[in-house]
Amino acid sequence: MEKFLSSLGRYVLLLKKIFSKPEKIGIYYKQTLWEVVSLGIGSIGIIAIVSFIMGAVITLQTAYNTENPIYPTYLIGLGTRDSIILEFSSTITALILAGKMGSNIASEIGTMRITEQIDALEMMGVNSASYLILPKIVATLMFNPILTILSMVVGIAGGAIAGVTTGVISLQDYIYGIQYAFIPYYVTYSLIKSLFFAFIITTVSSYQGYYVEGGALEVGRSSTRAVVFSSLVLLLFNVILTQLLLS
Amino acid sequence: MIRVVNINKSFSGVNVLENISVTFKKGKTNLIIGQSGSGKTVLLKSIIGLHDIDDGEIWYEDTLFNGLDFEGKKALRQNMGVLFQGSALFDSLTVEQNVMFPMDMFTNKSMEEKREQVNLCLKRVNIVNANELFPSELSGGMRKRVAIARAIVLNPSYLLCDEPNSGLDPKNSILIDGLIKELTEEYEMTTVVNTHDMNSVMEIGENVVFIHNGKKYWEGSNKDILKSDCDTLNDFIFANSLAKQLIVRRN
Repeated sequence: MEKFLSSLGRYVLLLKKIFSKPEKIGIYYKQTLWEVVSLGIGSIGIIAIVSFIMGAVITLQTAYNTENPIYPTYLIGLGTRDSIILEFSSTITALILAGKMGSNIASEIGTMRITEQIDALEMMGVNSASYLILPKIVATLMFNPILTILSMVVGIAGGAIAGVTTGVISLQDYIYGIQYAFIPYYVTYSLIKSLFFAFIITTVSSYQGYYVEGGALEVGRSSTRAVVFSSLVLLLFNVILTQLLLS
Repeated sequence: MIRVVNINKSFSGVNVLENISVTFKKGKTNLIIGQSGSGKTVLLKSIIGLHDIDDGEIWYEDTLFNGLDFEGKKALRQNMGVLFQGSALFDSLTVEQNVMFPMDMFTNKSMEEKREQVNLCLKRVNIVNANELFPSELSGGMRKRVAIARAIVLNPSYLLCDEPNSGLDPKNSILIDGLIKELTEEYEMTTVVNTHDMNSVMEIGENVVFIHNGKKYWEGSNKDILKSDCDTLNDFIFANSLAKQLIVRRN
C-alpha cells in the first residue's frame, strides 16, 4: 500500500512537471508533429487490420448466435455496429495502442534515462519531463480519436465484407441494420473514452520509462510494466467512464 | 570559481560524501580523482545539482547554488557545459542538431547564425563533414568531441566533465585532455574533470583533489602529487608498477 501511494505521488509530481510552462513553444510544436507521425500515423496499419478482423468476427458470431426465424437479419448489422462503436473501437484500440505505443514510449524514455540523455537535458536547463512527454500527450490526444473513428469505419466495413461474402446477411440488410436505431451519442461516448485512454497510455508509460534505474534489463522491465499498468488502468477507467457517461 | 563547503551526501543511510570542502579555480583544469566507488561521480553530480546534498554549500562565484529554486538553478545551468561519461548525445538528432540544441532552446538566433556557431564549435573540436551524421554513426572519440562542442556552444563559464576518457584509446584520451585544457584557457572557464586516469592527472591536472571513501584526502597540483606523503594517494597512483616507472621517468 505504501509503495502504491508513493508511486501515485511520484506520478502526480511528474504530471505537475510535465504541465509546467514550456521553454520554447516552437520547439514543442515541432516535437508534437514528430510524435503525431511516430505514434499516431505509425499505428494506422495495425489498427486498421485488427479492426477489420474484429468487425468480421463480430458479424459472423452475431449471425451464428441469432440463427432464428423470428430475428430479422438486419439485427446482425445493428449488433456489429453497437459492439464496435460502444466498446471495441475505443477499448480494443486503446489496448492495442497500450502494447504498441506504451512499450515504445517507456523504452525510448527509459533508454534516454540510463544513457544520461535526460540528465543532459536537465543540465542544459530544459524541463526534461515536459520536453519529452508533453508532445507525446498532445499528439496522442489529437490522434487517438482519429484512430478510434478509423477503427469504427474499418470494423463496420469488415463486418459487411465478412457477412456478405459468407452469405449470412445481404448488403442491404447490413446497411439497414447499421442505420437502424442509431444513437449518435454512442460515438461521442466512444471518443470521450478514447481521449482518457490516450492520456492514460502516454502518462503511465512515460512514468515507467522516466524513473528507470539501472541498465538495459530494467528498461525491458519498465516496458513490460508500462503495457501491463496502462492496460489495467485504462480498463478500470473504462468501467468508471461507462457508468458516468451511459447511466 | 566553484566553491564547495562542507558538503555531505548519503544514500539510504550510507555516507557517500563526508564534509568535503574544495575550491575549483577559474581558468584552470581542476581534477577530482579517486578509485571507482570513492564518491567522485556523486561529488560532481552534487556540484551540478543532479543530486541534492544533505547539508553544506555549493557556491558558483557569489551565488549559493543549493539555495536557489528550480528557476534559479535552471538559469545558472544555462551557464554550465556538462560532458557526461557516455557523451549523452541525443540519438534521434544529427551532430548538427545536437550541437544546435541549446541554442534552439535558449536563444533567438537565426538559423544562419546558429549554423555558423555550430560549425565554429565543431571545427574547434576537429569534427568536419559530420554535421548530418547521427551519434550511432560516430566513433567513441568523435562522440566525446561532439559532446564537448555541445557543452561549449553557449560559451559557458563552467565546464564539468565526468570521466571524459572512459572507453577511449590512449591516443584519443590525450586528444580529449588536450582539448579540455585548451578550451579552459581559451574561454577562461572553471573546469572540473572527474577521472581516474593518471595520464590525465599528469597532463592537465593543474589543481587535483583526491577523494577516497567519500572524504577528501589530498589537494594539490600534478607537480606536487609525486612528492605527496599521503599513503592512500600513493597507493592509488602507484597501483600499477608500470605507471609508477613511467611517471617517475617522465618527471
